[in-house]
Amino acid sequence: MEYFLELILGGLTRGSIYALIALGYTMVYGIIELINFAHGEIYMIGAFTALIFTSVLTLLGFNEIAVIVLASLSAVIYSSAYGYTVEKIAYMPLRSASRLSPLISAIGMSIFLQNYVLLAQTSDFLPFPNLIPEFEFIKPYRYIISSSEIIILLTTSTAMILLTFLIKFTRTGKAMRATAQDRKMAMLVGVNVNRVISITFIIGSALAALGGVLIASHVGQINFYIGFIAGIKAFTAAVLGGIGSIPGAVLGALVLGLTESFATGYISSDYEDVFAFGLLVLILIFKPAGILGRVTTQKI
Amino acid sequence: MGGLRLKKFRIQLMIKAQEIKKSFLVSIWFMFLTFPIMVIRVNPIEEVIEWRWKNMLIVGIGSFLLSFVWRYMLKKREAGEKRAETGESGKTFLIQRILEERRFYIPLVTGLTIIAVAFPFTFSMYQTSIMTTALMYIVLGLGLNIVVGLAGLLDLGYVAFYAVGAYSYALLNYHFGLGFWSVLPIGAVLGFIFGVLLGFPVLRLRGDYLAIVTLGFGEIIRLVLENWNEFSFGPSGIANIDRPGFFGIQFSLQAASIYLYFLMIGLVIFTIIVVNRLQNSRIGRAWIALREDETACQAMGIDKTKTKLRAFALGATWAGMVGVIFAAKTTFINPASFTFLESAMILSIVVLGGMGSILGVIIGALILILLPEYLRAFSDYRMLIFGAIMVIMMVFRPQGIIANIRRTYKFDE
Repeated sequence: MEYFLELILGGLTRGSIYALIALGYTMVYGIIELINFAHGEIYMIGAFTALIFTSVLTLLGFNEIAVIVLASLSAVIYSSAYGYTVEKIAYMPLRSASRLSPLISAIGMSIFLQNYVLLAQTSDFLPFPNLIPEFEFIKPYRYIISSSEIIILLTTSTAMILLTFLIKFTRTGKAMRATAQDRKMAMLVGVNVNRVISITFIIGSALAALGGVLIASHVGQINFYIGFIAGIKAFTAAVLGGIGSIPGAVLGALVLGLTESFATGYISSDYEDVFAFGLLVLILIFKPAGILGRVTTQKI
Repeated sequence: MGGLRLKKFRIQLMIKAQEIKKSFLVSIWFMFLTFPIMVIRVNPIEEVIEWRWKNMLIVGIGSFLLSFVWRYMLKKREAGEKRAETGESGKTFLIQRILEERRFYIPLVTGLTIIAVAFPFTFSMYQTSIMTTALMYIVLGLGLNIVVGLAGLLDLGYVAFYAVGAYSYALLNYHFGLGFWSVLPIGAVLGFIFGVLLGFPVLRLRGDYLAIVTLGFGEIIRLVLENWNEFSFGPSGIANIDRPGFFGIQFSLQAASIYLYFLMIGLVIFTIIVVNRLQNSRIGRAWIALREDETACQAMGIDKTKTKLRAFALGATWAGMVGVIFAAKTTFINPASFTFLESAMILSIVVLGGMGSILGVIIGALILILLPEYLRAFSDYRMLIFGAIMVIMMVFRPQGIIANIRRTYKFDE
């Protein structure tokens, strides 16, 4: 029973990290119908920035809490800046191109960013300091849940609530929903579409960076390749929930996290990634619209 | 008169100043952007921080200059688009003109044939081996070109079929001692079967889903090969695979590499002929139509799934065949040869050369495979450049170096 509980909590933690990344995919897809392959790399860059700033700030003698806050903040800022720049370089000039072009451009960007970090930093795994302190009250339950898991669950749910609020109740959120529904029409009623798309990329990247910092400090090591697998898994989550739908992405991510947790816990950990890909393939074959997605008909 | 000229000059100067200001801002932005990754390098184990301020300078100057080029290219692209809109046709390229005229075409082909035949005898075994690799990528590129270029299906797991071919030769050779020539068709057939098996469920999906599912499939096949030790010997791979023989004669190492070279030349020619015939066949036209407009295509009575499946499976067939040759060439294979980067490399060959264009793919493969071999200094930057090529080509020249010209029929009175 304890093992079962541990697996559930582990799965939820995993799932909420996937959710943070999946939101970026789903938001971008909702607005410009593009799978942003470089999104996983943005998450990786977030983790790297956090690691770099943590080391620098620690050496400069900042206290622990200041290091955590400043490093996470810089990760969020830098990831957003990368997300913004990637959109301006690789996707914006291709707004009116055929479907295949931005997709290939996105893959190119992903490979480019991966190798950029590989060349400028290192190909080795770097140990990532555990930014989250151990809480006293959690000690007796240590074998079921760790304090980093609690922090991950709390941060993720706060981020989700804020995002929902932003999209539902602010002007920007309204503009985003309008652009997602019909870009041309939104332009006609005075929405600055380019700005909305930029904001979408920035928000998505910021969430991914948050996910990057949390998972890196939870797992304890990072390298340039973490974005690739995490990206595919988050994409799986987004598709599972129905791409374009924000609650869908969260739901899909939690389902995926739990599936992985149970499959590795009860079957075999060698094939951890195979389960995720297998789930993706099954979903696409049997319910391509996802759990919460709507079936759209193509208009001519 | 003089005043007017001065005014014009001043406006031009102002535009220049604006441009410089723009580029300056871009360079500041990029210096900020690359600051943590490019400048700081931490070694968390020894707790040392390395500051590389020189990189910041390089990024600053580089992005300043590149932003001019970028804007110039964007302007040029816009002008080109406008020209296309008003119906003015762009100039045809030199290479295309050469290809159309028999007078140039025949000596060119003879020259190439002589070079191709003389190559392994004039250059060292090492050079021949590199050339053979390049030829393999030409065939892989042409195979993927059927899927991506003609049918417009973005297949990111192409390397999976390549792995199927390579492993089928390695395993059949290891367990049953089957020779190269008997496995070559088996590899092709297995590639085809895997193409159908994988293609059948996913080809109903829209384009971008297809990309990610094929990516997933590619990774699944690699992970299975890595973990299923009883079947594929895991990460340690399979060694001592037989080189191809000729009616039971086994060659020396040098003769074998020349033999493989000519085998590849033969396969390249065979592939070119097949793809060329396919392009203008009923199926080929259906592929191109499907790429351009699925709905219209269906309205014309083309079975969407079947047509896509044909493209997918045919592409996989070539990958399977080249996989067998790859195993025979290196005599050792392991799952590390079949990563996503391999798929990405083949895709960048197709993208650089020109989607749908046979000559483009050949030139793309030669550039992307031979250049990094000879410019060893850049070999670390290879994947970085491949990524950049994909983005730049898509933004500025989506039709590739050599655009595919479709046969058009003109009506003259």
